Amino acid sequence: MARLLITKTPKVYIGGAFVRSESGRTFPLKSDSGEFVGHIPQCTRKDLRNAVEASAKAGPAWSRRTPYNRGQILYRLAEMIEARSLELANALDLGKGDSSDSRREVSGAVDRLIYYAGWADKYEQVLGCVNPVSAPYFNFTVTEPMGVIGLLAPAEAPLLALLSLLAPVIVSGNTAIALASESHPYPAILLGEMLATSDLPGGVVNLLTGFRKEMVPTFATHRHLRGVGGVANAEERKTIRLGAADSVKRVKLEAVEEKRDWFADNAQSLYAIRDWVEFKTIWHPIGA
Amino acid sequence: MCARTPAKKTTRAARPAPELIFGDLWTFDPAPETADPRLQPRYNLYIGGKFVAPRSGKYFETINPANEKSLAEIALADASDVDVAFEAASRAFPAWSRLPGAERGKYLYRIARLLQDRAREFAVAETLDGGKPIKESRDFDVPMAAAHFFYHAGWADKLAYAFPGTQAVTPHGVVGQVIPWNFPLLMLAWKLAPALATGNTVVLKPAETTSITAMKFAEILDEAGLPPGVVNLVTGAGETGAAVVAHPLAAKVAFTGSTEVGKKIMRATAGTSKKLTLELGGKAANILFEDAPLDQAVEGVVNGIFFNQGHVCCAGSRLLVQEGIADAVLAKLKNRLKVLRVGDPLDKNTDVGAINSREQLEKIRRLVAVGVKEGAELYQPPCTLPTEGYYFRPTLFSRVQQSHRVAREEIFGPVLSILTFRTVDEAIEKANNTSFGLSAGVWTDKGSRILKMSTELKAGVVWANTYNKFDPASPFGGYKESGFGREGGRHGLADYVKLS
Repeated sequence: MARLLITKTPKVYIGGAFVRSESGRTFPLKSDSGEFVGHIPQCTRKDLRNAVEASAKAGPAWSRRTPYNRGQILYRLAEMIEARSLELANALDLGKGDSSDSRREVSGAVDRLIYYAGWADKYEQVLGCVNPVSAPYFNFTVTEPMGVIGLLAPAEAPLLALLSLLAPVIVSGNTAIALASESHPYPAILLGEMLATSDLPGGVVNLLTGFRKEMVPTFATHRHLRGVGGVANAEERKTIRLGAADSVKRVKLEAVEEKRDWFADNAQSLYAIRDWVEFKTIWHPIGA
Repeated sequence: MCARTPAKKTTRAARPAPELIFGDLWTFDPAPETADPRLQPRYNLYIGGKFVAPRSGKYFETINPANEKSLAEIALADASDVDVAFEAASRAFPAWSRLPGAERGKYLYRIARLLQDRAREFAVAETLDGGKPIKESRDFDVPMAAAHFFYHAGWADKLAYAFPGTQAVTPHGVVGQVIPWNFPLLMLAWKLAPALATGNTVVLKPAETTSITAMKFAEILDEAGLPPGVVNLVTGAGETGAAVVAHPLAAKVAFTGSTEVGKKIMRATAGTSKKLTLELGGKAANILFEDAPLDQAVEGVVNGIFFNQGHVCCAGSRLLVQEGIADAVLAKLKNRLKVLRVGDPLDKNTDVGAINSREQLEKIRRLVAVGVKEGAELYQPPCTLPTEGYYFRPTLFSRVQQSHRVAREEIFGPVLSILTFRTVDEAIEKANNTSFGLSAGVWTDKGSRILKMSTELKAGVVWANTYNKFDPASPFGGYKESGFGREGGRHGLADYVKLS
């Protein structure tokens, strides 16, 4: 008799722990051929609030890590993904017939992390500067992470897009809560397991699965989220900017309609890091 | 670590502060600035390179807050005027954005020079219309406005160097800008110079109470031969501003003003693809450590809050003073306040001029009354105020608690709230305990502490052993509810371009 397989219970990764939604709700995930895969947590705004709390706790220590250390941790995450690339590719296959893209997406995701890992100890040198003011002051501008950032992943490229959004946010010392692709959440479930083994402190990245319409309004209004990014449709973009106004939250959303090519070279940029830093200018007198 | 270190005892607390009492011994002769501001009785809108009457035919009065007398009539632009202005800006955009950067830069250089030529005339006009002391408009507002044009002129043909690694740096299109009344000409310069250097065209609305220098500036644009429609100025109140923000041709909106209005603008642009930058209010902490050079620090604290009657978004309106020197600092501050000269803004000896408007004066009075009611200790020097016009005594509140409204809300007037702290950590905690994050000040003799404080303070600008310093090369802008985007320096350019 064939041995019965032990199937995995999908859990989301919040505050460094694997949890089901506080609501106890799930939604079934099926493969293309209609085969049952598992019950995905249907996270709620309460889960989002819990994630923000975990993220806010993790933030100060993460932002104080040295740039070299943050770079190495991003590199370590790439190692973890590379090592389990077959499993991830299979997970990406679940939602689509063509599997050729899946291998490409996993290697693209690894390379994207390597790209941002390399920026960790360099972006400051490009984005910051010394300013030649016309008075006897040493005046310089440095970057500083914003804090907790909410990210809305698009439906497509459920691994590559998600990491393309996350990496430039956390590389500078921000923490993030990302809502995974609504239609293809399973790669994000696996990514959580890789994050957990990557030396990334718990709470720096939190991944939620579930329905956008249930959580987008809270992404918009949660006062401890200092920014919201990712991809959204017109209605969501409006909801988020309206909600964001209450706490003057930074909003950097791309339109779904733009159909961004996540494999393209311009899907990675120094300016994606720039989007999630604040600039601080310091005046210091020059004198004896 | 820091939390356990007891406050260091200094002998300075015991030494009585010397008092300067010459204010009572003799009176100053009046020393009014007499340059002719060359005001016109009536100012029209500036649209498409022409001075045009508003379609409604309506005008409103702008008054001198120092004596409540009318200075001129200002055109009231309605939505249809704003529409014409945007059409003009939109028509001017293709040619202006295609102009080689070096040529665009030359226009900005010209503007800077022409403003320098007419500096004193502009300074007097600014003081008349806004109430700020002539020494400030003469030595700060006008020269700094010219400097902003001169600085940005040089960027116009060097934008590729500002954004390494990009293929193209392109302007947004037509930019709608709304500016406040505290630095009317300077805020106009902060807004126009980077927008024009990067190839955008502009529709700008000056503040209702301070339109004169903006309209005089239109004369300079005319003298500079700036192509028609590149800059359009529409005057009016909140409704005019709302029309500028809401106009469908505005690819980007830039606003400086209160956090309350900033939030409204953010909501108004929701559902559009408009880019937005906001420079909003503040409640800056000015942190004074025991080892600071006290006399210089007190000067800095006074400048931090009484500069421009406290109508400064980055004003150091919360003084955090280390406990061991709190009494000494308060005594020194009181003595300093006694010799501040409050009065005629046109007088060259005036330190604190007129409050910009009756509305603002009432807001200050209201919040000061709340401060007294909530239990803070009020001090105001016994100076005589002019009988006409809007004036408010420089005010100190000591024994302020963090929960007091005078420690939380932006007063935008000459009112300083004083709180105390014991340790570095407590200072950081209290300084950051605000929804704002525009600026902060640190006074200490210790270099490592300055760097520690400037790292921990959640504010876009940190002044160490100085306060209220500005420069076109130095980026300015806030964290949190003080807005987003930067003005000045390489960083200020970024908000006016698209990168690809």
